This record gives sequence, structure tokens and C-alpha cells, in this order.
Amino acid sequence: MSSDSLIELSGITKTYGKGDAEFKALSGIDLSISKGEFVAVMGPSGSGKSTLMNLLGCLDTSTGGTYRFQGIPIENLSKDQRSLIRRHSLGFIFQGFNLLARTSALENVELPLLYRGYSRKQRHERAREALASVGIADKEINTPAELSGGQQQRVAIARAIVTEPGTLFADEPTGNLDSKTTVEIMNLLCRLNTERGISVIMVTHEDDVATYAKRIVRVRDGLIESDIQTP
Amino acid sequence: MFFNALIIALREIRRNLTRAILTVLGVVIGVAAVITMVTLGRGATEMVKSQISNLGSNLLVLRPGQGWGGGGAPLFSKADVRAIEDQVPGIKYMAPLARGVAPAVFLQNVRITDIQGTTPIYFEIANWKIQSGRFFEQADLIEGAPVCVIGETIRKELFGKEDAIGKKIRLRNTSVLVIGTTLPKGQGGWGDDLDDNIIMPITTLQRRLNGQLSNQNIDQVMISGKSDYPSANVVADISSLMRERRGLKANELDNFSVSDTRQIADAVSSSTAVMTSLLGAVAGVSLLVGGIGIMNIMLVSVTERTREIGIRLAIGARAREVLLQFLVEAITLSCVGGVTGIILAYGLCISLAKVVGAPFLFDLKINLLAFVFSAVIGIIFGFMPACRAAGLDPIEALRHE
Repeated sequence: MSSDSLIELSGITKTYGKGDAEFKALSGIDLSISKGEFVAVMGPSGSGKSTLMNLLGCLDTSTGGTYRFQGIPIENLSKDQRSLIRRHSLGFIFQGFNLLARTSALENVELPLLYRGYSRKQRHERAREALASVGIADKEINTPAELSGGQQQRVAIARAIVTEPGTLFADEPTGNLDSKTTVEIMNLLCRLNTERGISVIMVTHEDDVATYAKRIVRVRDGLIESDIQTP
Repeated sequence: MFFNALIIALREIRRNLTRAILTVLGVVIGVAAVITMVTLGRGATEMVKSQISNLGSNLLVLRPGQGWGGGGAPLFSKADVRAIEDQVPGIKYMAPLARGVAPAVFLQNVRITDIQGTTPIYFEIANWKIQSGRFFEQADLIEGAPVCVIGETIRKELFGKEDAIGKKIRLRNTSVLVIGTTLPKGQGGWGDDLDDNIIMPITTLQRRLNGQLSNQNIDQVMISGKSDYPSANVVADISSLMRERRGLKANELDNFSVSDTRQIADAVSSSTAVMTSLLGAVAGVSLLVGGIGIMNIMLVSVTERTREIGIRLAIGARAREVLLQFLVEAITLSCVGGVTGIILAYGLCISLAKVVGAPFLFDLKINLLAFVFSAVIGIIFGFMPACRAAGLDPIEALRHE
């Protein structure tokens, strides 16, 4: 295992339900991702790509196989320990943004810092920086309902990067956005990857979105179908 | 960690102000209803008790006839009074009471009032207190002195702001000197004005106003029992003595009655106590309804809150941090509601106490009970759904629809 190894998956399986209703979402995934990569996980719906993503993001647990994140075996961790990994090392961007409703952009962005125990001054400073770096410094007092889809996703990205995580997980980050905004958001993710060296792991089913990534992993029926570097 | 939870909880309350207000409202109504009803009920009980003790404690009254009217039944004589005093044990004091009604006149002011002729010990028995001047004494009684003590209502009617002591009022064709005024007692247990009376020596009343038509001219005998002697025995002894003196046969009913204020007091206060517990039960139901209101609000918002919990878990909150936040929220809302409820109850009690005429009595126990009960309901129902949601994997909580 090299020192810049980020993710090591071997023989990962995930089964939902029991007995007749049993459904195998992942049936043995082997995958390794290094630090600084920009990986797109692609596949048709029901292929298991979102399940894989949730496992990688420590949001869910596998039913079999081993997953090492930065060398740490995730299976052995308690719920709280996984929470702490998310808190300190991971950032998340969701298709549905998942911002707190009726809460200003600034408060949404500083939320992870609150759990990290930062002072009020530090929280505001860093949250404003993060909002500025995604280009919506002027929207800090607006609530999600007052923002466009693109702006909401920018707030979500700001929230994901405000803790300066090493890894960013994006689940269909452009799924709810028009093509112009999609381009803007993808450029932003690319910039974070190249300029800050943040590893980005993104799930998508759109080919043109996937082309922004340096590596494309295709999943079908719970197995890896192909794993290629983009030109 | 606790401080963070407090910040987060207060933010959540602020951004869901409507939900918070509805929750608080449930607690407020429950707490205010219980406290108001029980406090007013207790105030009423106390009022009735104090009115009865105004009549004189441990007081027995011997009246002619049965029931209230006593019309036609023979009055009592001095010999009756003496016999009772001599033969019945357990009596501390007794005073005969003769009544008359006459217009009392001072200058151009007139008021028709109740005149009571009695002995000096009556003031003690009936629990009268002097306001100014003095009560009449044994010497006044013996010589049938034209003196009197007047109640507050008479004093106001006849003298207004003037000093009544040393003035003479006219009753029929007798002029009587006012030597004292009594402290007001207020309303009696039956809404009658206890201060609308003139008290004078029984000898004066009989000689100068009523005239001594017969020996049997005592309307009532007021008897104060010894406090350590059972009043029921005194009542029984007086009854059998009077039956004997009047030669009543076994099949004849008493043509007199002996009432015991302590029995009346017990009966009245036990019935008001029943009313208080009834009101308390009604109020308890409103507390329960308030609790169900809290529960509904909390359960209705559970979908939105489950997503919120999912978001918090996904960005790295630990389950216990989320739970602490929900606990702080529930405690804050319940306490705000409880305190508001107590304040509201105070306002209601003070304004309603005036309407009802009952005194306002603070009762710590019922305040605490109502507060704790509603707080516990608020906390349980605010916390329970959160407990379930925080146990989920973040991704399940996020998917919650």
C-alpha cells in the first residue's frame, strides 16, 4: 500500500433486505484510489453506484469485504468514529443540496465548524472565505429558498470545503442543475481538485459531466465494469 | 459540546418559530389551567373557612324551633340560660341574645338595623374585635346603661367621616351613647352583612326598647364550648336538658335547635375541597390535552427533522451531539412554556380572584407539579422521535420522506 493511497476496497458487498426480498446492490468491488485523484463513478440507475458512494463516504456500512480509508479499516469503527472521520476528513455534496431550510447561507456553511468547536469569529471568517471561494460572497444572509439551484449547490460546496477536507464526495452534484450552471459547478470542482489538491469522488450518470474527471469507473449490476483514465 | 448544542438548539428554535410557539402554547395552556383552577379553588375554600371562623370558633347556638324560621316556637328564659350554665359540662362561656329592630337616627341620618342585646362575654364568643372606644362591661349590664357598640356599616351610614365615640344615637324614643365600634367582619357565610348591627346590654334592650313582655324573651343563646371537650356531647346535653325543662314527650319533636359552627365549617370546607379537586381534575385534563398538542407538533415535524438529523450526521455530527441538541430544544421550549404558563396563571388568578371574591393564595406545590408535568411531556415527545432518527445511518435519515 503506497503512502498516498486514499481508498482501498476489496471484495466489498452490500445486501439489502432478507430472505426472498434480498437484493444485492454490490457484489464484490475491488477499487483503489490515490490522494488527489478526480474520479467519476458512472453507471445506469440501479447499478449500485450510489450505494458504493455512500460506503466510500462512511455514510453507510458494507455487508462484506474490507474498506480502508487512509489505511484505517472502516468496518471496525463505531458509528461515532465514522462521524468523526466525516467531520475531519470528508466533505459531501448531494444532488438535492441538503441544506438546512430557513437557515442563512452563512449559518449553513459554518455548521460543520460548529461541530468542530470553532469560535464564533473563526466560524464566520472561514465560512465567508468558503462562500467567497465558490463565488457567492454576497449571498451569505440568504436562505436556500431565496437562492437558485446553482447558488444552493455552491453553498453546499462551500459547506463541504469549509473544513478543508482531503476528500470531497459528490453525489450527482449537477443532477438538478441546467447545463450552464452544470459547467460552472464542474469547473469549480476541477479547480478545487487541481488548486487545493482535494481528492474528488463524484457519482454521475451524465457522460459530459464525467469527462471533467481524470478517471472514470463504470459500475453495472454491482460490479466494476471498466476503470479508465480520461485522455 | 453543551454550549454548541445550546447554540444549535436556539438556532433551530429561531428558524422554526411557528412550531416552537405552538409547542410552547400547549405547555402554557396546560400549566396555566391547572394552576388557575387549583389556586382559585383553594382561595374559595380558605374564604369560606375564614368566614365561618368569623362567626366565632367552637360556637354552639341554641335557637327556638327547628330549622331557620323557628316561627311560633317558644323563646328562652333567663332560667333556661342559668340551668344550662349550671348543668351542662364543657361550656366555657355563654351569652343570651335578644333581638330587636329599630331605626337608628343620628342628626338627619337614619338606618333601620338589627339590634342585639347581650352580655359582655358575647364579644369574646362571637369573635368581635374593638376598632375604637370600648365594649360595654358588667356594670353597664347590671344598671341597663343606655350605651351601645356599633358595627362598621352603621358607623359609616350614620357618622361618615365623623368620630362616632361619645355621640348619641336615637333608637325609637331612647337615646343611646356610642361607646365603641367593632372591626369589620365583612360578609357572613350566607352573604349577609355582619357589620350591620348595634350591640347593647341585654338589660337595656329589654327595659328600654322591647319591653319586658314575658320571662321568655331571649331569642338565642350563644355558647362557646371548651376547646378540649367534644362539642357533640355539649349539643346532646343541652338538648336533653331543654327537652326535660319543656316537658317534651318522647314522641314530640324538639321545639328548639342547637347548631354547631364547627360542624357547619367542616361540611362547607369539605364540600369546597371536593370542588377544588374537581377543578383540579378538569385542569389535569387540559394539561393532558396540552401534552397531546405538544406531541402532535413534535411528531408532525419528524419528517423534516429526520432529514435535518441526516444532514447533521453526514457533515460529521455524532448521534449524541444531535440528541443533546434536541434535548436542549425540548427543555428550552418546555421551560419557556412552563414559566409563561405560571405568569399567565398569576394574571388570571389575580384578576379572577377579584371577580370570584376569593383571596389569591400562592401554592408552590401545584406550580411545581404543573411545571414538571408539562416539562416532562414536552421533553419526552420532543426527544423520542429524535432518539429514533439519530440511531439511523445518515444516508437513511437523509432519504426519509
